[in-house]
Amino acid sequence: MIKRLVSVTACAVLMLSVTSCVHLKEYQKSRLNDSEMALGNRKVEKNELNFESYREAASGANAGKTGGGCGCN
Amino acid sequence: MRKVYLSVIGFSLLCRLNSYAQTRQDTSLYTKPAASLYSPVNSTDTSTYNPRALKIDEIDFVTSYYGQTGDHSAVTGGIGTEQVTDIANSLTLNLVWQNKPQKKNTLAVGLGFDYHSAASQAFVSKTGASSPTGTRIYPSLDLTVENTKTGNAFGLGAYYSGEYNYQSLGADLHFSQKTADKNGEFSAKLQGYFDQVKLIYPSELIPTSTTTVVTSASGTSSGGGTHANIPSSPRTTLSASFSYSQMINSRLQVMFLGDLVTQHGYLSLPFHRVYFTNGKDTVEHLPSSRFKLPLGFRLNYFLGDNIILRTYYRYYQDNWGIKSNTVGIEVPYKITPFFSISPFYRYYNQSAAKYFAPYETHSPTDEYYTSNYEYSKFNANFFGVGFRVAPPKGVFGWQGLHELEIRYGHYTQTTDLASDVVSLSLGFK
Repeated sequence: MIKRLVSVTACAVLMLSVTSCVHLKEYQKSRLNDSEMALGNRKVEKNELNFESYREAASGANAGKTGGGCGCN
Repeated sequence: MRKVYLSVIGFSLLCRLNSYAQTRQDTSLYTKPAASLYSPVNSTDTSTYNPRALKIDEIDFVTSYYGQTGDHSAVTGGIGTEQVTDIANSLTLNLVWQNKPQKKNTLAVGLGFDYHSAASQAFVSKTGASSPTGTRIYPSLDLTVENTKTGNAFGLGAYYSGEYNYQSLGADLHFSQKTADKNGEFSAKLQGYFDQVKLIYPSELIPTSTTTVVTSASGTSSGGGTHANIPSSPRTTLSASFSYSQMINSRLQVMFLGDLVTQHGYLSLPFHRVYFTNGKDTVEHLPSSRFKLPLGFRLNYFLGDNIILRTYYRYYQDNWGIKSNTVGIEVPYKITPFFSISPFYRYYNQSAAKYFAPYETHSPTDEYYTSNYEYSKFNANFFGVGFRVAPPKGVFGWQGLHELEIRYGHYTQTTDLASDVVSLSLGFK
């Protein structure tokens, strides 16, 4: 698993380093600024993230909360 | 693996060529309109600073219904019903004002209220006589000051979450800075949660030194027990979250995320039973510290004119022996520019914590023990569909309602836990 993780990370780094990022003008960002392209969680996902963090041991790295609340039941 | 590497390099070269294709000189800079009677050449700058009064920028309302079934409740030691229903509602008011040039202030005031019913909660009392219902209230405040010229922002937030058996106070500092070309952004957030866990034990395990007879996680019992003098134990969570997002080209953007999370204090729950191999029961006992390391990656790609790929991967590891992978993909399809349908799928797996064992398999000599299936080894699948409507003239022609989202998902674990969640989000301007 660790080997696979290292490979995926290496691929991602390689991809990003070989692909020099384009300097985008504001008018070229129309697609990137589309609300569906937002690099975050949807507002409607808010409570899904809550139940996932309560039912699964892993949490975080999703711009959600990393603590607080019990989720005891 | 060699094929994967070659594919990645090939994709990267394609992106590189694509980037050259898009770097022609921007001629839009030279299209400044000539002087006219309405805009004389030597006119003085009239864009002087005018403070903007406080106004409501947006109001967001999210409501969800969550229903769950399962047969491994931690309250009854890893056996018994896990039936839960939860109705969660939250309202966020975003207030905006400008009191200095290039300084935009946003104050988000939030209030959430949940009502739940958990069948297992009734069995905090051995006889099943405890109340199975409970509520949670969670207000929040967040102030962000943004430099409108640079896009950099700084802010702080405060939260509270209150349930009968669990109180949480939280605060954060957050900061974000854009790169010089505004195509990349670095963000950091420092958070602290300072919680109090009320020590409500199963009825047969209440320490003899305690006079409390309350036997419900929601604070009620059929026996009419007193609610006072229940001691609490602290739980502290500190986290540092970092992210970096980058626009790669006009269709592709990525984000790296990483958190460092440390927890200290009472990390067990006092009404979770554990049954040993000898048949005797006690309450769950877990270490008093935990360190978590989640690392995430997002990649969003605008494919064609109306299909978008939203992808997510997370690797997680902690010092309780849990390793986990999460992969998510969502494919919004824009039927019109203002209406989209978004099927999604999420796969999750985790290894078991060192301290987990099922019902009646822990040895009485174990130092730490839990039969909470949240810490067991399992895989999970979550799939569903979302709809988003955001017409320029307002949803249903009502200008005030600028966005409506509905989303349904079905979740299953290999522990036999299954749930359904349906959510509605409304955005008002």
